[in-house]
Amino acid sequence: MALKGNLRNFSTTQLLNLINLARKTGMLMIYEGIPTGEEDALGEPKYTPGKQRAAVAFKNGKLIYAEMGTQDGNLASVLHKAGKLNDRQAQVIRERASLTSDKALALLLIQANYVTQADIVASVQQHTLDIVYDLLTWADGPFAFNDGELPGDDRITVPIDLENVIIEGSRRIKELETLNDELPNLDFALKFPEDPGDKFKGIHLSVEEWRVVSFVNPKNSIRQIAKANNMNDTEIRRIVYGLLQAGLVELVKPPGMEEKARQAAGARSRKDAPQIKKTVVNKLIDRIKTL
Amino acid sequence: MQTVKMVITGPFSSGKTEFIRSISEIEVVSTERDITTPAEQVKDQTTVAMDFGRITVDDDLVLYLFGTPGQRRFDFMWEILAEGMLGFVVMVDSSKPETFREAKSILETFRAYAPTPYVVAANKQDHPDAWSPEDLRIALRIEDGVKLLPCVALDKESVKTVLLELLYSILEEMEL
Ligand SMILES: Nc1nc2c(ncn2[C@@H]2O[C@H](COP(=O)(O)OP(=O)(O)OP(=O)(O)O)[C@@H](O)[C@H]2O)c(=O)[nH]1
Ligand SMILES: [Mg+2]
Repeated sequence: MALKGNLRNFSTTQLLNLINLARKTGMLMIYEGIPTGEEDALGEPKYTPGKQRAAVAFKNGKLIYAEMGTQDGNLASVLHKAGKLNDRQAQVIRERASLTSDKALALLLIQANYVTQADIVASVQQHTLDIVYDLLTWADGPFAFNDGELPGDDRITVPIDLENVIIEGSRRIKELETLNDELPNLDFALKFPEDPGDKFKGIHLSVEEWRVVSFVNPKNSIRQIAKANNMNDTEIRRIVYGLLQAGLVELVKPPGMEEKARQAAGARSRKDAPQIKKTVVNKLIDRIKTL
Repeated sequence: MQTVKMVITGPFSSGKTEFIRSISEIEVVSTERDITTPAEQVKDQTTVAMDFGRITVDDDLVLYLFGTPGQRRFDFMWEILAEGMLGFVVMVDSSKPETFREAKSILETFRAYAPTPYVVAANKQDHPDAWSPEDLRIALRIEDGVKLLPCVALDKESVKTVLLELLYSILEEMEL
C-alpha cells in the first residue's frame, strides 16, 4: 500500500501526525521534483521523484534518524558540529576511520574518553531534529513513505517523541495559508481526545500554548479562547494547529452550531427527516445482498 | 409505491459514476459531457448534473442512487440532490492526495445539509498509488464512529459492501 504524494498537498507536519498516530515504522523519503509535463487532479504541474533530498526514519511512531541529501551525516561530523570534537580531532577521525561504522566509532570514542555516551546521544538527537525542523518548512516536493524500511545497522538511532517535534514545527510555519486551510473555522471548539494516554507527559509547551490548553472545553469556541487570551487570529491558529497535529486536542462543533449550519443551508432538522421504517431498510439490505 | 434515495458524492473523478454503474439495474442515466478544459482532461467525460441509478426491491419499493457532479461549478445541484436522502457515500480517490482536502470539504458540506448517516469509500484500492484506508482515516480526520471502507468501484461486490454498510449504519441510527 502506497503512501506517496507531494508536500504541496500533504505537508511534513501532516505526515508526522499520520506517522505518530498510526505508530508507523519505515523511512520517509523526500525528493527533488522533476516536472512530468502533466497536471494533477487540481490542474497543478505534476512532479516525479528525482534526486533524494532527505530521508527520515521512524520506529513505532517515533522519530529515530534523519539524513539530509547533501550533508555529511557521519558521526564525526555530527560531533564536530555539536562542538564535542575540535577541528583537528574531527579531521583525524575522518581520515583514519573513514571505513569504521558510526556505532563502532562511537564505542572507540567513548573508550578513548573523547566523549561520553550522553554526548553522542544528545548530538545525534540534535542533528536529527535540525534536519526535521528544516524540512518542516519545505513547501513542496514529492515524498514516499517506505513501510518497514530502516537505516542500516551501523547507524546510531535515537528515539524522539513526535508530539514535541510537531508542535515545534507549527511554531515555524511560514505559510500562513496552511494555517487558514487547515483551520478555516474559528467557531469550532476543542476537546481532549478520548484516550489522551500520557500524551501530555514530557510535552514542552510555551506559556501561550498552555494558556490555550487550559481553555480547552467543547463549550469554548476557538474564537472565544483567542479573545480570552488576547491573541489574534494568526496566533491562535498557529497554536491550535500545532496542538491538533500533535494529537493533543480535537476539533468539535460547539452545541448549536450544527443546527445553525443546517438552518443556513435551508435543510431540515433530524425531526423532519424522511420517516422510513426499519422494515424498509431491512428489505433494501436483503435485496442488495442478492444482487 | 415508496421510493428512497441515497447520494453518492465526492471530488472530481473519484469514481461516483462508476460506483452507480456497477450496481444499478438500469443503464445509468448520466448527464456526462465531454471535458473541454485541459486541467480536467484526465478522462474523457464528466458528470455535469447528476447520475441516476435504480435498484428495484419489489412492486412497492425502489431505491434510487444519485451521483453528484464532481466539479464545484456544478455544486448548485448538491443541495437539491441531498433533500430527503436516506444516507450518503463520500467517494475518495485513494491514489490522489491532492483531492483529499476537497473530499473532506464535500463531506462537511453534505453533513450540514442533513443529519443522515454516511460512510466514506476509499476508492481505487486496486491502484498501485492508493493510500490505505487506515492512512486515509487519519489524513481526512474521519472520526472513529464513521465507517471508512476500502472500495473498488469497478467491482460489484465491493460496491455492494459499501451500500450494505451504509444501510447497517442507517439501521443502527434508527435503533437509538
Ligand atoms: N482502477 C480504478 N479505476 C476506477 C475506479 N473507480 C473509478 N475508476 C476510474 O476513474 C475514472 C473516473 O471515474 P468516474 O466514475 O467517471 O468518476 P466521477 O466521480 O463520476 O467523476 P465526475 O463525474 O467527473 O466527478 C474513470 O476512468 C473510472 O473508470 C476503481 O475503483 N479503480
Ligand atoms: Mg461522474
